[in-house]
Amino acid sequence: MLLGTNLLMAQTEAAATTGGQADAPQVDWTGVAYYLLLFFLVCLGVAVIGKILKIYDLTLQIQGKKGMKWNTIMAVVCLVFLVAGLYGAYWSFTVQGSMTLPEAASKHGVKIDEMFTVTTVLTMIVFFITQILLFTFLFNYRHSDKRRAHFLPHNNTIEKVWTIAPAIVLTILVVFGFFTWQTIMNTTDTKGDINIDITGHQFAWELRYPGKDGVLGPKDFKLVSAANKLGVNFKKRSSFDDLQVDTMYLPVNKSIRLNIQALDVIHSVYMPHFRVQLNAVPGLPTFFKFTPTITTAQMRTQLDDPKFEYLVYCNKICGGGHYNMQKVVRVVTEAEYQAWLSRQKPYLSDALRKELHFAAADQPKTELQNRLALNN
Amino acid sequence: MSTLAVHDHGVAHHDDHGHEHHHNQSFLSKYVFSMDHKMIAKQFLITGITMAVIAMILSILFRIQLAYPDKTFPLLTTLLGRFAPNGRISADFYLSLVTIHGTIMVFFVLTAGLSGTFANLLIPLQVGARDMASPFMNMLSYWFFFLASVIMLSSFLVQKGPASGGWTIYPPLSALPKAMPGSGEGMTLWLISMVLFVASSLMGGINYVSTVLNMRTKGMDLWKMPLTIWALFLTAILGILAFPVLVAGVVLLIFDRSFGTSFYLSDIVLNGVQQPFEGGSPILFQHLFWFLGHPEVYIVIMPAMGISSEVMSVNSRKPIFGYHAMVYSLIGITVLSFIVWGHHMFVTGMNPFLGGVFMITTLIIAVPSAVKTFNWLATLWRGNIRFTPAMLFAIGMVSFFISGGLTGIFLGNAALDVNLHDTYFVVAHFHLVMGSAAIFGMLAGVYHWFPKMFGKMMDEKLGYLHFWLTFIGAYLVFFPMHFMGLDGVPRRYYAFTEFVSMQRWLTVNTFITWAAIMAACAQVAFLYNFISSIFIGKKATQNPWESNTLEWTTPVEHLHGNWPGEIPTVYRWPYDYSKPGAEEDYIPQTVPFSQTMSSNLPHDFEDNPKGLEELNKFNSTLKANEQVK
Repeated sequence: MLLGTNLLMAQTEAAATTGGQADAPQVDWTGVAYYLLLFFLVCLGVAVIGKILKIYDLTLQIQGKKGMKWNTIMAVVCLVFLVAGLYGAYWSFTVQGSMTLPEAASKHGVKIDEMFTVTTVLTMIVFFITQILLFTFLFNYRHSDKRRAHFLPHNNTIEKVWTIAPAIVLTILVVFGFFTWQTIMNTTDTKGDINIDITGHQFAWELRYPGKDGVLGPKDFKLVSAANKLGVNFKKRSSFDDLQVDTMYLPVNKSIRLNIQALDVIHSVYMPHFRVQLNAVPGLPTFFKFTPTITTAQMRTQLDDPKFEYLVYCNKICGGGHYNMQKVVRVVTEAEYQAWLSRQKPYLSDALRKELHFAAADQPKTELQNRLALNN
Repeated sequence: MSTLAVHDHGVAHHDDHGHEHHHNQSFLSKYVFSMDHKMIAKQFLITGITMAVIAMILSILFRIQLAYPDKTFPLLTTLLGRFAPNGRISADFYLSLVTIHGTIMVFFVLTAGLSGTFANLLIPLQVGARDMASPFMNMLSYWFFFLASVIMLSSFLVQKGPASGGWTIYPPLSALPKAMPGSGEGMTLWLISMVLFVASSLMGGINYVSTVLNMRTKGMDLWKMPLTIWALFLTAILGILAFPVLVAGVVLLIFDRSFGTSFYLSDIVLNGVQQPFEGGSPILFQHLFWFLGHPEVYIVIMPAMGISSEVMSVNSRKPIFGYHAMVYSLIGITVLSFIVWGHHMFVTGMNPFLGGVFMITTLIIAVPSAVKTFNWLATLWRGNIRFTPAMLFAIGMVSFFISGGLTGIFLGNAALDVNLHDTYFVVAHFHLVMGSAAIFGMLAGVYHWFPKMFGKMMDEKLGYLHFWLTFIGAYLVFFPMHFMGLDGVPRRYYAFTEFVSMQRWLTVNTFITWAAIMAACAQVAFLYNFISSIFIGKKATQNPWESNTLEWTTPVEHLHGNWPGEIPTVYRWPYDYSKPGAEEDYIPQTVPFSQTMSSNLPHDFEDNPKGLEELNKFNSTLKANEQVK
């Protein structure tokens, strides 16, 4: 039934798209009428079946029988649902479960994945046991005029057991989770990290790498201009050798410190393959430290997908272009990283030099905005 | 309207409140500005159902976009005009749809529609009161809600469209009108609507709490109240304590938007233009929002829990298992729900230590939830289960609560939340545990108390059809979403066409959309059943479900004041089903123990030594008689 409608839908769509090639798309009213008619027919079918059931029920009663046993029918349907549901869950776990993210490509991600596996095993045991109990109880204890329910208002022992048992399981998960969380987030030592600045704005990410000194120059939102998109402060020496890059290259097995900021609204840096996510909040600089462990090339062979790329994308609603705010992330060997780094252009571009030079002359703002508009 | 068959004799008592429409006073005071709690309950229900249908249609619209991101549907342009140019919903309007769908479902359907309907209907009827503590405030509560609904929907009529920053309306996105079209007038209307909504919710909540505390009939002590009343009572307390915080948050947002303050804003450069805000924090809004927002999800689910407990007990013909544990777990949830809000903010950049603390409190709240689930299962065990549509929906509620609750253990764990936050895993989680579960609790209530509300019975077979299509549909829609989330697919994405890695989920999206359309069509069965039964339904008997609670002792024809004579006295708890030794398999709360000597248990007299003495005497004479025989 569903398949049938799907097919019909496809047909009318085809009609709609061919009709849509004219200047203004035309509504395919026959298609609409078709669906309405179809729905009407389904309703009619339901009504007819309902009437037949009613008549059947009445004839049973006329013959002196009890009429349709809806309690039994529903109990059987519950059992059928249980079996079909269990199969569906199994199918979903195997087919769709295999479409999920590959193994974590970062050090802390492995810990998160272990935590995930433990939680999944525990919760799925509870899930299957409780659902099976629920629906078998429904079938087993369906209504019968011949017996009465078992009067059982409470049983303190069993209630204590099933209060304490989940409490223990959850304590294990809490302790495990708490320490995993602390090791991921409580990384205050900054020595030896590669600092990378990632700044979100509507609707793109800007990346800034430190130069030879390994230090990123300070920023101030009041300094933002067309050529100085991030508002880097060039009164400080450390700003001069900063690099502006297009793709996030990361050397494998090196600790990375992502400095996360936003210019306009809240964005969220999301790199699911590395199990990395942190919001980019305007006025609240944050950072996330992680160590990538699998290079892009390795992941490509592992997944048998020569086009595979790690991505960073936005995971906090930020406006109309939210759904397309991606940047490619490449994890490479140290040598490749250094080679790439040496090819990158400084943040202090010619345009910015010019702008800084003429800063006192108070450049007209209109030109500035036009350029930004183009960039968007 | 719906209640033409109802004769409301007592309305005349309240004419002295007076209003300007004297020419048509009786109709207006009876159906429109009614102060009778039963009529107000019906008003809440019908408004709630209307809003639910609207929000459901919005969800189908954005599901079509997700299933067919590249196709054009000229019909959409005809229906939506500028919001869907060239036969496709625009990216901004897509976000509006998501936002308003969420707002309506959470607040207007599952808060006002659920609590408003059943607290109004059941509190006076089940505790034995003639009406609410303040009928006038009760009426105001409905009309503020109605006004809030109208304003919320009217935002579809403004040029730039309704609010579109997500139902959580995080600033700066919602605070800067230039950040997105929906943050203009649409957002202003959203904020006004919510302030009115909270006012409505507070007036209702204060009424519910004071009625439960002060107006119980003789003998109805707190431990004799049905679980519905306990749930609605604690929900009202939650609402009274949590909603004002939302108003505070919303008012500060209004200041930031309209009066140039910087409560939530700092260091902002929008489209290359520096904004004059300094010193505020967007995180502050999130704290204020989720301080309501998290109790809110319990405001949504607790009435559904109460209704399901009651319906399952009645239809299993068995007392609810562990009544005291059920009440204590509700109280536990109520208290704990105030200290878990930070689990929505693990990855906002909030201090990681704080995240750890919120993780602990969050996982603790799973304990009372687990106890409730086990108690429901124990209630069904060795029952004598009647499958009324209400019972099926209550069972569906339990099934959804288990499925969705278990994924909460993943999301409440800060370490796992890093990768799952704001993905489809979250969408699947909350749609099952609070969306589907709460709406199933609400539908269970509608099917169960329809005879009380309208004096008619709903059609059972259509109820069965409605249940199975909706139940299966909801699982088909939300189950696959877990796996999308585990693949890192973010929520609130207009299309997945831009990402090579997400394109393989397109077929799944198409499937989900068709499942959603099927489930939506199934609601037609409910609407037809609901509306037609009001007019042509079979007349209800006084106690159609053979239930123990007090509302079934009132006459089928509604009275203002509920009981024609004196309000009955209550002698026992509401769950004496299938008591051994009793004649029937149910003993209403109004039957004194002296009339049921053969079924009394020592347990019934725990705080009543005199009664226990009587029972012992009775049992010993019984024994003596047997020995004589």
